[in-house]
Amino acid sequence: MSEMSGAAALMAALEREKVDYIFGLPGGANLPIYDALVDSKIRHILVRHEQSAAHMADGYARIKRKAGVCFATSGPGATNLVTGIATAYADSSPIIAVTGQVALPMIGKDAFQETDIIGVTNPITKYAFQPRVSSEIPEMVKKSFYIAESGRPGPVLLDIPKDVQQQVKKMEFPEYIKVRGYNPIVDADLSEINKACEMILKAEKPMIMAGGGVILSGAFSELQTLAELLSIPVVTTFKGKGSFPENHPLALGPIGMHGHAEANKMVLEADCILAIGARFSDRTVGRFDEFGKDINVIHFDVDPAEIGKNKSVNAAVIGDVKSSLRSLIKLIPKNFRTNEEISKLWLGRKRELFNYYEDSIKDYSREITAKKALRKLREILPADGIVTTEVGQCQMWASLHFDVISPGTFFSSTGLGTMGFGFPASIGAKAARNDVPVVDIAGDGSFSMTENSLAVSVLEELPVIVFLLNNQMLGMVAQWQRTFYNRRYSGVHQHNCPDYCKLAESYGAQAHRVGSMDELEKALKGAVKSNIATVIDIPIDPDEDVYPFVAPGTGLKDMIIGA
Amino acid sequence: MQRNKNTIFDDNNENKMYILSVIVENKPGVLFRITNLFRSRNFNIESITVGITEKPDLSRMTITTVSDVKTLEQLVKQLQKLIDVIQINVLNKENAVYRELALIKMNAKDPTTRIEIANFASIYRGNIMDISNETITVEIIGTPDKIDAFKNLVSSYGIIQVARTGVSALPRGAVNDDL
Repeated sequence: MSEMSGAAALMAALEREKVDYIFGLPGGANLPIYDALVDSKIRHILVRHEQSAAHMADGYARIKRKAGVCFATSGPGATNLVTGIATAYADSSPIIAVTGQVALPMIGKDAFQETDIIGVTNPITKYAFQPRVSSEIPEMVKKSFYIAESGRPGPVLLDIPKDVQQQVKKMEFPEYIKVRGYNPIVDADLSEINKACEMILKAEKPMIMAGGGVILSGAFSELQTLAELLSIPVVTTFKGKGSFPENHPLALGPIGMHGHAEANKMVLEADCILAIGARFSDRTVGRFDEFGKDINVIHFDVDPAEIGKNKSVNAAVIGDVKSSLRSLIKLIPKNFRTNEEISKLWLGRKRELFNYYEDSIKDYSREITAKKALRKLREILPADGIVTTEVGQCQMWASLHFDVISPGTFFSSTGLGTMGFGFPASIGAKAARNDVPVVDIAGDGSFSMTENSLAVSVLEELPVIVFLLNNQMLGMVAQWQRTFYNRRYSGVHQHNCPDYCKLAESYGAQAHRVGSMDELEKALKGAVKSNIATVIDIPIDPDEDVYPFVAPGTGLKDMIIGA
Repeated sequence: MQRNKNTIFDDNNENKMYILSVIVENKPGVLFRITNLFRSRNFNIESITVGITEKPDLSRMTITTVSDVKTLEQLVKQLQKLIDVIQINVLNKENAVYRELALIKMNAKDPTTRIEIANFASIYRGNIMDISNETITVEIIGTPDKIDAFKNLVSSYGIIQVARTGVSALPRGAVNDDL
């Protein structure tokens, strides 16, 4: 036991959790923490806006599969984190947000830069702590990591008043902690797994629907083993994209509003759906009442509250999906290949639908289209390269035209749909894995929201590639205005402003504006090898739409494949 | 998180009153988290009471809600996810004792009215808590139905103020939780 300040105890506790990066920005109420940071081994990444700090911690967490940490001061610093915390909450990503707070005697006095950030973030955090005495900090840090990373992961807020940061006390760093009201279920009930297994083995045309839970629990090999053992096809949710190699013969790709056409068709032809770590979101299933109607739906999830929330199911296996899948695999007879015949039918059907849609969904007759550009990116980028996206058309094109080969190398703001997420998140991902290239598939609308992170990417030597599909528009909004509002465009024109190449260069990043597929290829090949952040500005047609499209409020069967 | 063994969910989907007896950590912010959950998930609260239990670090919240079974099930699961929630029992009229206390102040300017109200109160096993030249205040303890019935009975005299505590409840019989 040694005496130290609350701030020093915070840093020591973070070091014990093996934190190697902190993304943050200092201010009045967290000065003691930033002073303690000087003596710490942990690398601090100074951001230009706190929202980006939260996204970086999130991107780091999704690739490292370990909580990411961000720092902000009280008041506006803390409220700037809110969008990032909400994004992490919606996608069950573990981040620890450490905010400074005004000193205890000032709380409730409407002090300068005082915000009740615990109150503000209550619906978007898994839990929040506010130490009243500095000696509570070590245990609270340990609990924060435990709560953030276990069960269904999520953000945890640690709000530390300035006087508590300064208070010197004897500190004890617990090795083990227990949170009385929190015991996430790891191993599922075997009888439920048995029931699920029977349903799958009995089904004639079963199908797997893999969600983000597979990625969160790292159950990639289990998922692949299961699919191959049963020889049944795999569709994913958008968050589950990349949980299963998309070049695998059994892979059908994501379903949903902008899912692969053949996946959207074929998921409706299944007679049993095995949903793994998925939550049946409206963007995935279209209509809750139509999806999986009259067939057996089996649901594997770590969160009991997801069972029956959007969709009633016939069997529910509650527990960590990696552990549940392992148990399920053991129950499947060794040489179970009776589905092989069906598998052949599935594969034939897949080819037939794929060819049909490949012909009927038109590509635009320009030298560079989003589709061609993304296929080129796949061609150049190594299989283990990490890809994230911004939000909007660029994101949906990525879902449609960029195949994830190595599981767990793709992520996006799928739940909250946060524009400006991708770029800072890609910097976080680069911090987590600096041995592979990291690409942010961006649109000009989203990129302009957090473009100032170029400074971070350059100065901190965390080089990422911004693959900027530039249509000078808030393209997805424009597409909806074209489709549902009779082409009455309203508030969507960004024009040719700024010049993204000049912008990038002013930050010291590399920039290329490409006018042909050859130039794109050359720029990409250079960027993949470069150790400086690169913006590739790819002008595309502002009228290019994302198809197929399942309009909101309609079912997957109502998919539209063109205007 | 404990799985609910004693939850009573029946199959019909009509709205009914349920009483949730929720054991929570006795610390600041817990009531806020719970009421905020009801608001953000669109659940309704009829009444809520909070008090410490036989263990000083635990509080018991008694929440009454009117909902269908499916909504109730989701509500219980969402409550269980809250880290400060230790245990939830879903109670109903059959498996629990439950009581509410109400203070009802009425107009009672003439002596006959005061006598009439005092008679009604004694039929309802209520107590006269305060009496003045203009008003009479009665305390009624019982199920919410009983309090409603008394209120209806005396409404013609003119009710001036009502304060109700909300329902407090405990399961009947032996206790088998491991708190």
